[in-house]
Amino acid sequence: MKAQDIKALLDEPACAHNTHKPKGGCTRPKPGATAGGCAFDGAQIALLPVADVAHIVHGPIACAGNTWDNRGTRSSGGPDLFRLGMTTDLTEQDVIMGRSEKRLFHAIRQAVEAHQPPAVFVYNTCVTALIGDDVDAVCKAAQERFGVPVVHVDAAGFYGSKNLGNRIAGETMVKKVVGTREPDPIPASATRPGIRVHQVNLIAEYNIAGEFWHVLPLFDELGLRILCTLSGDARFHQIQSMHRSQANMLVCSKAMINVARKLEERYGTPWFEGSFYGVQDMSQALRDFACLIDDPDLTRRTEDLIAREESRIHAALEPWRDRLRGKRVLLYTGGVKSWSVVSALQDLGMTVVATGTRKSTDADKARIRQLMGEDAVMIEDGSPANLLRIYEETRADMLIAGGRNLYTALKARMPFLDINQEREHAYAGYEGMLELARQLAITLESPIWPRVREPAPWDADGMPATSEVR
Amino acid sequence: MPEILKRNKALSVSPLKASQPLGGALAFLGMDRTMPMFHGAQGCTAFAKVFLVRHFREPIPLQTTAMDQVSAVMGADEALVEGLATICNKSAPALIGIVTTGLSETEGADIHRVVREFRMQHPEFAQVAVVPVNTPDYCGSAETGFALAVTALIDTLVPEAKAAGTVPGSRPRQLNVLVGSSLTPGDVDHLKEIIEAFDLEPVVLPDLSASLDGHLDEARLSALTTGGTPLSALATLGNAQATLVVGASMATAADLLKARTGVPDLRFDGLMGMDATDELLLTLSRLSGRPVPARLRRQRARLQDAMLDTHFMMGLARIAVAGEADLLAGFSALLREVGSEVVAAAVPVKAPVLDRLSVRTIKIGDLEDLEAMAREQGAELLIANAHGVASAQRLGIPLLRAGFPQYDWLGGFQRTWIGYGGAQQALFDLANLRVASHHGVTPYRSIYDRSPDTDLPEGPRHGTSASPAGGYAACH
Repeated sequence: MKAQDIKALLDEPACAHNTHKPKGGCTRPKPGATAGGCAFDGAQIALLPVADVAHIVHGPIACAGNTWDNRGTRSSGGPDLFRLGMTTDLTEQDVIMGRSEKRLFHAIRQAVEAHQPPAVFVYNTCVTALIGDDVDAVCKAAQERFGVPVVHVDAAGFYGSKNLGNRIAGETMVKKVVGTREPDPIPASATRPGIRVHQVNLIAEYNIAGEFWHVLPLFDELGLRILCTLSGDARFHQIQSMHRSQANMLVCSKAMINVARKLEERYGTPWFEGSFYGVQDMSQALRDFACLIDDPDLTRRTEDLIAREESRIHAALEPWRDRLRGKRVLLYTGGVKSWSVVSALQDLGMTVVATGTRKSTDADKARIRQLMGEDAVMIEDGSPANLLRIYEETRADMLIAGGRNLYTALKARMPFLDINQEREHAYAGYEGMLELARQLAITLESPIWPRVREPAPWDADGMPATSEVR
Repeated sequence: MPEILKRNKALSVSPLKASQPLGGALAFLGMDRTMPMFHGAQGCTAFAKVFLVRHFREPIPLQTTAMDQVSAVMGADEALVEGLATICNKSAPALIGIVTTGLSETEGADIHRVVREFRMQHPEFAQVAVVPVNTPDYCGSAETGFALAVTALIDTLVPEAKAAGTVPGSRPRQLNVLVGSSLTPGDVDHLKEIIEAFDLEPVVLPDLSASLDGHLDEARLSALTTGGTPLSALATLGNAQATLVVGASMATAADLLKARTGVPDLRFDGLMGMDATDELLLTLSRLSGRPVPARLRRQRARLQDAMLDTHFMMGLARIAVAGEADLLAGFSALLREVGSEVVAAAVPVKAPVLDRLSVRTIKIGDLEDLEAMAREQGAELLIANAHGVASAQRLGIPLLRAGFPQYDWLGGFQRTWIGYGGAQQALFDLANLRVASHHGVTPYRSIYDRSPDTDLPEGPRHGTSASPAGGYAACH
């Protein structure tokens, strides 16, 4: 990808980072003191959940071999092609002799013949970008030869951050896939008298641990047909028909804001940013859809549903609130999730003593201040040492962060909850709040803490030194 | 000698291979107070880190030079120097291990020269050992990367006997131990116990049993490894009585150590099963001049008993094995001892040890290849890493997890496979999986024993003109 194209992607008018950092959102990583993934990582996170596509990683083994089959995203069945790691696994000879393009072409053929996918996504990597493979041309030739869409996702790792990779992936879908097919007709069995169906999209909802299945029945009930989630439990044809949506919701990540904006530019689809974490945000997301779609009947039914679900979940959460109330949480996540999770924890009566804002925009931060008060502690430096320091300073009871920090926390004998994409529990929706409460209680109330924190009985004060014992 | 089938397809599906730098980093993680650093894009490190963190369920120190598009073209030497200096400043390590990636190798980075430049620019960090090793992603696998890193450790940090004045045998109780990547922290720990039982002093390189064994440290936080082979031990290798080499993949490292120090070595392809363990104990007995201790004799007697108990399930068992070459060597030795047959075998890359295995056919390939082979050969049990779960499901056979990664299996990272005890438990587990998946004969009911209202879902009922063979066929 050309440097100017990357620059254009980093220049995102809808993103608040733009106004303050004229050179673009991300600071350059420091050698020897950097954590986090690359652009390829981000592209995979964004698109790998598309279940029926053959995802081919074009590069040496590290990019696919070290990573495949390690995400928590789930699909409802049918062709589960995304669970298979596919890579051209380039050899030294391929790299030196320039045989990698040929290998890619045959790899696409092999995937198409063996699995008959509706499309093939080809992910570029650093090595193939550096040696100048014309992946575009190979994809084009393969598409013509095999009669299947072959989409080049040009997000080699060294282009930049994970965030950039998300963006490239979204951009690629908007440019090359969206609008290439009409939505399937609504099945007769799904039509209900008196309920007018509205079509919507979610952007960057990944169905981690199947959590979106807590939410989807509510959309069904309201007559909101989700054309595509981009990309949890998604299928290729769903991405193709995203242009027919009446309203879009940007769910998880600011990084895909370009998709929301461009769908608005091209198809006039209004959008909003929301979250399914926490009772308040869940209800707000449904309200925002009703508001954008502006169908009085939908609005009424939405309010009815919210009233019903809220009263049900508040009753169910009551015993958990008694157990969790007043517990102090140190939260460290990336960006948009910060405020979303803050409100979920506050719903449970917990106190968030500090939250990470490394990737948050000013709007995110304003929202956090609104939730946590003006003197909210915001963490920019998420290094283990700093998190540990803040944990102690704020006298927190637990750390909630991504899997990267899991074992750091455990080694420091801290109760911990994983909220990133590798996690195994479903926290979205009203139902997800119950699971969240349960998982919080499991770690906070565990009887192991004194046993791992206190010294062994023979090391405790007042014991005779071993040499004195005869 | 087995027939080795080369890779014959363009697309690798369900890869079995992890990358060379990942294996190289793992070897460095067996060194005390160490930070491995990838010379590559930050994703190279992030992916390897997640892989190792999830396998070991431990924080893993790992850094990156964070190459980007510009430095990949204009040169990333400065990033490497800066990375080294940053780690030295922040964490004061004893050692930094540099592994290269596909990106830095394609760029053509000369890491050895850059390390010399770092030495000139930063004399204040002279006490920090730096070990560079070339581990391109597009060659080898984690096993070869691990071996290359150990070779580089020896090359950089073990002095020539003549120059350093080391004399083989001047520390008569010391036994150097070079271990390959197929040994888990639990294996290394057990091996040390065995050696110590002969009153010998093992110096293990690299010693994952002291760093990634999953223990709770007093220190709440460490940016570096909190255990492993101490740097100071490397200078003593030349004084040992002998070097024990475990894992065929360590041959080059062993050759170099012997050439450097003159210490004689004893090589084992693996230590799984009775024969290899017998050979090990004989060797240790000879080296130490001590008889085999009673405790180990007892362990052998238990293994004998386990062999008797399990041979009913293991005899003629048709096993599929996917893993690195050393792991396949270990399992094929163990399985041969109990009458099982490795009917399908896949390894990620070719290795010399494969020619010595008693396996008919070995495929250089991925789990898709292994699955096809296992299906064709009627394999009854699969031994593979956690990626094998889906394969085993599709094949409808049980899985025993071994190798890297084991994301979904607690304790897999430290399981002991070697020695009599390791073999005993492996046999129990294999036999249990066989018992649990044993189906027996499909029930058949006589055509004369079927009342009109007997609910037979399909097939002929009595009184119809269908032949009994029709009923028989329905069972299959």
